[in-house]
Amino acid sequence: MTAGSLDGVVASKEILIVCGSGGVGKTSIAAAIALGAASRVGGKVLVITIDPAKRLASALGLEEIGNSESRVPDSAFEEAGLTPRGELWVAMLDMKESWDSLVLRHAPDAETASKILNNSLYDNITSRFVQSHDYIAMERLFEIHATGTYDLIVIDTPPTRNALDFLEAPHRMAEFFGGRLLRWLTAPYRAGGGRGARLVNFASKPFYQVADRILGTQFLQDIAEFFLNFQSMYDGFVARAQVVERLLHDRRTTFLVVTTLESAPLREAEIFCGELTKREFPCGALITNKTLPESFTAEVGAEAGAALIANAHRLAEVLAETGVEALADSAIDERVLRTVGESFGNFSVVAAREAELRVELQAWIEGELVNVPSLDADIHDLVGLAEIANHLFT
Amino acid sequence: MLGEPDGSEHDLHREELLRDDHEAAQEPLLPELLKKRLLVITGKGGVGKSTVTAGLALLASDLGKRVLVVEVDAKGDIASKFEHPPVGFVPVEVHPNVSVLAMDTEASLREYLRLNLRIPVVGRIGPIARVFDFVATAAPGVKEVLTIGKIAWEVRESIAGRAPWDLVIVDAAATGHVVAQLGAPDAIKDLVSVGPIRSQTEWMTDLLADPAITALNVVTTPEEMPVSETIDLVARARSELDVPLGAVFVNRVLPELFTRAEESAFDALSAEAVRSQLESELGLDLSDGVESVLSGARLAVTMRRSRAEHLSDLRAAVDLPMLYLPYLFTRSHGVRETRVVADALSAEFGL
Repeated sequence: MTAGSLDGVVASKEILIVCGSGGVGKTSIAAAIALGAASRVGGKVLVITIDPAKRLASALGLEEIGNSESRVPDSAFEEAGLTPRGELWVAMLDMKESWDSLVLRHAPDAETASKILNNSLYDNITSRFVQSHDYIAMERLFEIHATGTYDLIVIDTPPTRNALDFLEAPHRMAEFFGGRLLRWLTAPYRAGGGRGARLVNFASKPFYQVADRILGTQFLQDIAEFFLNFQSMYDGFVARAQVVERLLHDRRTTFLVVTTLESAPLREAEIFCGELTKREFPCGALITNKTLPESFTAEVGAEAGAALIANAHRLAEVLAETGVEALADSAIDERVLRTVGESFGNFSVVAAREAELRVELQAWIEGELVNVPSLDADIHDLVGLAEIANHLFT
Repeated sequence: MLGEPDGSEHDLHREELLRDDHEAAQEPLLPELLKKRLLVITGKGGVGKSTVTAGLALLASDLGKRVLVVEVDAKGDIASKFEHPPVGFVPVEVHPNVSVLAMDTEASLREYLRLNLRIPVVGRIGPIARVFDFVATAAPGVKEVLTIGKIAWEVRESIAGRAPWDLVIVDAAATGHVVAQLGAPDAIKDLVSVGPIRSQTEWMTDLLADPAITALNVVTTPEEMPVSETIDLVARARSELDVPLGAVFVNRVLPELFTRAEESAFDALSAEAVRSQLESELGLDLSDGVESVLSGARLAVTMRRSRAEHLSDLRAAVDLPMLYLPYLFTRSHGVRETRVVADALSAEFGL
């Protein structure tokens, strides 16, 4: 099987959206792509990460910086024995800060903005709102892309229960603020002129009757007041959501789906790729991460493993005679030979299954199929990222 | 104390790692876990939360318990672990004595309205559901409380003998969301000073806080991110929740290949001269193969070692009982895999 690579994708696109279900290694892959692009293609490359492992974050110099972009210094590359052709920039997505700036931008005046920011419901809504993180990620992406500062932006997506959520985030956001439902909900309060005006026709509408019995009038009123203020940002949100959505469909944008070859993430990746196609989003590559090295599938390895087990006793006696001190005990040697052979057998079962899956994936995947084997250690520095990059690029 | 590492090198070896300190200390604790009425299972995405949940359900049913599994994410994973098609909000028996229901907040609202406010809702609640969706988004904790409310309701009914369950196991939200979910009844209380919702949440808080009834458990793998999320979650649960903690399930533990003496023999084996001697003993055509086999074992040792380090970090930071589940090399899936997990859990529980 020919190994795919991201060389073409990186050369022809401006925005790479890295997605996949939780635990598949999205963050490391996104960082490695950016590092690989900066060191191979050059130019200014930015990676926007969501929630990097602490050691990875500090390797990228992310500890002190917040929402703003910062450059990974050349000295960090040199220490890792790398020579970058371009510049690598990193930014972390701070949800709270991003929301605040969004409100400040879209609110009609400073007073409304401060009312929203100080409302006790605000934090809850922005941190829990369905797809709020997805929306913010897309919003930030748009904002940074619009500055034209970077040649390539790689964005790591938030861990979503459903990868599809963020495809719909801009649309849902617009719908949320534009909804007739919101108007309906706030109508009794608007008519009466905001807070203080008790609801004249409250009791006559079945919805309010039910809602009042569940939530209590005061609470309902608090919510309505908050939304009245929030609604003033409607036009700004909708307009923004539309341009963000266009950007996702742009030729310069592509999606990279990361998965392991375990059944649950793989199933989700397949569904996600299908949805991308259905919605006419480009899928640049499927990246299978943390797979076993191909050497485990080599027939000659299986034969050698079997031969080591079958001849363990005889070989152990030969080894004990070599004069190497650690091998002097033939009983130990025999156990080691058997264990080594058995271990190979165990892993080759998994590797064979993975190889079959990759062949199946190759058959239907639209873009490149790129494989990143399981690395010996955790990735927490530029050297580790560079090692991943070696598998992603030719 | 449980999980106290007493020297890093020491921890890397099989017997010490998997047996010594947890066996004796956990013996009296763990069967207790299975006596509870509500086990909430959380963990970072991708660690095998559903696999462990299904294995635990199967084990409990082996022990004669009638089990209800509540799938909060509603991805249909639990039913598939028993080779059963996805289920809905009404519990379906997917295996003898194991029933599964998939959480659905709208259905839960409907049930809530019917049971608590005596508001019959026939058919679709239509606009009310959509407005509700809206309010639920705005009002922190409403959706969560409907989720937790349904779970707590099943538990309360089962304790009262009105629902058939001996044990309710929840395949809960991932670590990032579970604190908000379990804390929802309290959050609601803070926000809503009066009203029916307030009184409706008090009994939930009591039930969730009762150590005889409830335990929050975390599934992890011996990898960096899952371990660090587990440590964070345990700390957050202790400071922000009244829910008692149960155990940590460490999934996909790789077997230790060698004892220390064997490891030095293995190192010597990998030396060029020794390896070529082995190759010539086996015949020339296998020489690449011997190299592959040895490097395969080397990889297994390295992976195991870095995982052992994460395990020590976990045990240093978290003083909960730990149950270890092996990495599965077999091709099994569906109910066969669930059976393997249940048997491994049974052994870890000392049953």
